[in-house]
Order: sequence, then C-alpha cells, then structure tokens
Amino acid sequence: MTAIEFRNVSKVFAHGTGTRLLSSHLGEWLGQPPKEAFYALKNVSFSVQSGEGFGVVGHNGAGKSTLLGLATGICGPDQGEVIMNGRIAAVLELGSGFHPDLTGTENLFLNASLLGLSRKRTKELADYIVEFAGLEDFINEPMRTYSTGMTMRLAFAVAVHTDPDILILDEVIAVGDQTFQVKCLDHLRSLRQAGKTILCVSHSPDTIEQFCHRAIWLAHGQVVKEGLAREVLDAYRASL
Amino acid sequence: MSQWHGEYAFAMRSLVLKDFRVRYRNMSLGVFWSLINPLIMMGVLTFVFTGIFPNQQIKNFPIFVLCGLIPFNFFALAWSSGTSSLLENTALIKRLAVPREIIPIASVLSNCLHLGIQISLLLFLVLATGYGMNRYWLWLPLIWGLEVVFVMGMAMACGALNVYIRDMRYVVESCSTILFWLVPIFYPFSFIPTRFAGIYELNPVAALVLASRNVLLDAKAPPGSLLWKLSISSVLVFLLGWFVFQRLKRRFYDYL
Repeated sequence: MTAIEFRNVSKVFAHGTGTRLLSSHLGEWLGQPPKEAFYALKNVSFSVQSGEGFGVVGHNGAGKSTLLGLATGICGPDQGEVIMNGRIAAVLELGSGFHPDLTGTENLFLNASLLGLSRKRTKELADYIVEFAGLEDFINEPMRTYSTGMTMRLAFAVAVHTDPDILILDEVIAVGDQTFQVKCLDHLRSLRQAGKTILCVSHSPDTIEQFCHRAIWLAHGQVVKEGLAREVLDAYRASL
Repeated sequence: MSQWHGEYAFAMRSLVLKDFRVRYRNMSLGVFWSLINPLIMMGVLTFVFTGIFPNQQIKNFPIFVLCGLIPFNFFALAWSSGTSSLLENTALIKRLAVPREIIPIASVLSNCLHLGIQISLLLFLVLATGYGMNRYWLWLPLIWGLEVVFVMGMAMACGALNVYIRDMRYVVESCSTILFWLVPIFYPFSFIPTRFAGIYELNPVAALVLASRNVLLDAKAPPGSLLWKLSISSVLVFLLGWFVFQRLKRRFYDYL
C-alpha cells in the first residue's frame, strides 16, 4: 500500500509575503501585480510504500522543511497533490510545543495531546514513555533545567509512542548520546518491521543511511536524484 | 489539512492547563491575583466616584462597580490574550497539525478560571451586603456563558488578523481602553441619554453589565429585548469570528 504520495507538488512563496503591514495587504487586495514568486518546492513527485524507510537529503534551504510541512498537513500545496494514508506523528525540530516552565510530565501530556494521542492512552503509556526516554529522575523537574539531549529524548519518546502509521523525523536522531541513538535506531527498525513508514529528513547522509531504504536528494526545491538510499547518498556526498 | 486524529477535548484541556500553570507558577500570590486585582480597582473607583465626585443616586457603589468591572475585565483580558495567542503559539502552528481553532479558544477558556473566581467573589460580596439570592440568579450562567461565546468570536477574528497585521494587538488594547469608558461600569444605564440607549444595548459587554445588575442588584429578570440583543449579537460575533478564521487560517504558515 502507498503510505505517502506527492504528485507534482509545488509550493510557492511570493517574495514579500510574510510582510505584516497593512499597506502590503491593501496592495494585494487592490490587485497590485504580485511580486516575483519563489518556488520552495517545484514539481516534486515521489511515493513511499508502507513499511519503507524513506530519506530526504539536501542542503539548507533546499525545501526539506517545506516538504515535511506538506507531509504533516501543516500547510497545503499550491499545485499538485499530497496523499497521506494513515496516522502521522512528527518530531519536527527539538521539543517544539514544549514549554520550559512546565515539568517533564506536564509537557509529555501536552505534547501527546497535540500529536493526537487520546487521554486514556497517554495515561497508560506515560510511565513507559518516561522509561524509554530514560528520564525517571528528572520527569518532575521543569523542562528549562533539561539538557538539549534530554529534551530531544522526551520529544522522540512521545512521538514514537503515539502509535503512528507514518513517523516523520526532522534532523532529530543526531542529538542524544550513543546509547540513546542505538535505542532509537532499534526502535525505528522494529517500527518498520511492524509495517510503519518512516520519512526522515536530514542534511547529513549518515543518519539516513542507517535506516532508510530509499531516498531523494532535493536542491533548490527540485528533485535531483531519486532511488536506492545508497546511490542517492553517494551522489549527494560526491557533490559536497 | 485534516490529518489530525486526536481528541479535541484532551488537546483543549492540555492547552488550557498549560496557560494556567505557566501564568501562576511564577507568581508568589498565585490565584489570589484574580481576587486582589478587582478589589483594588473597586476601591479606587469607589474613592473617585464617592469621595471626589459625590453622588447620591447610586447606593452601595462598591458592589455596583464590581458588577461592571468583572465582566469587563474578563472581556478585556480574554480578548487581548486570544488576539496574541496564535503568535505566541507559532511553534505549535508551524510544527504540528493541531486544528488551529483550538488555540484562540483555549486561550479564552483559560481566562474563564479567573472569571469563575471573580464571579465567586462578586456573589459572595452581594450576599454579604444583604442583597440576598433570588430566582433570577438562574439567568446568570446564560448571561456569562454568552459573554464567553462572544469573546471567543472576537478572539478568533482578531487573533487571525493579528497574524497578517501585527498592529492588531494595539488596536485591541486601544479599543479596550475606550470600552472601559463606554461600558456603564461606574455609571448606571439610566444616566445614558435615550437616543444612545439602543446602541448601548447592542454592545454585548454593556448588555452583560446591565443584565448582571438587573439580576444581582435589582432582583428582577433582565428585559427580554436586552437578552435577545445579547444572544443574537454574541452568536453573530462568534459565527463571524469563525468565518474570518476559516478564511485566514490557510496562509498562517506563510506569515508566522
């Protein structure tokens, strides 16, 4: 079954959108010619089967984050179609949605609820998530006292336990110590064996190589190469 | 955009709890601020309007003022926090597929706890000063419920606009200041010239104050026409807010 499908997807940001001034909005409404368009993604197509690990590599600004935004449904495409089959959980950026003044437990519940886990399941899983993250001793401390690695461990632990069909990861695996990385990779492998799909984005090919079977390489919003992870990553490395 | 399968109630609850905990965790006096704030304002206004401008027409001025202050304070606070809620939660909007409506609504709901505490204070003082309970108190939940509906509409509309035009926050603040004078907080409705009275009743905040006073101080049911205007304008504002929000939410990602 196809888990993720992008069909000729483009996402356009007009230069100058994002100005938050009344005058620029008035200009838009009065039909001032739009400024030059900038394609964050241009005509991107690929599909990922269930149970596959799929990687996306590219330099900063290649359109990786936009691609993830489209995949998670945070923003919509301007052209083309994005089809996602199944429940999605995303770890986009370290601890987004965590509040520094709340304790680990409070953030765990907050994050789980926003990722779409039910209250009942969250209560059942809470202890297990804390154990997975290895944070038993700190879970009642405010998050601002956590190290980057600890924050990331909690974020990762919550996301993988929301029972997603599709797990979306943005650069996160690289953080955390060796022990935790091994634990993460083991867990990701077992998710894949259970038929879950993993979409992983990174600028470092090494992370992707560890559990992705196929990959695409993005540059300036367009697909440079698509295929087996090894081939794509070798080509990407050669270009560095 | 509908790739979120979570529980609305759980997400709402978490966001409300977050707002509430964050607000009070760093305050030595905690929830007492909800009580102290209206009491101080009550004292100041009572001093000005009985000590400096003496008036004979309003009896029991402190309670009279409090009936106006509490609905107004809730309105002003919830409106302004709802307006800035989307900007403050940029991280959530840009990273998670949570339904966006939840954010301004949760922000208004988290202010309801203050409202609850302040209403308890008001009811306590009303009873303590010998007004007594009457069967028209049953109108109060409806009246205050409509206020919450009204503020949610305002918060959705202004919150969404604030993403595109960042000055919105200041517009809201200025409007609140103006409303403090234009809502009958420290003067009674009877002082308002008849030609403005109809317009006053259309303003849900003014209507709320009037209805609360009818019930608590005059021990009578609020006039039917007032309740109708209050209900219709609250529901209309909510629907309008919802509509504006739906129209604007599609491009939040680009502007945040």
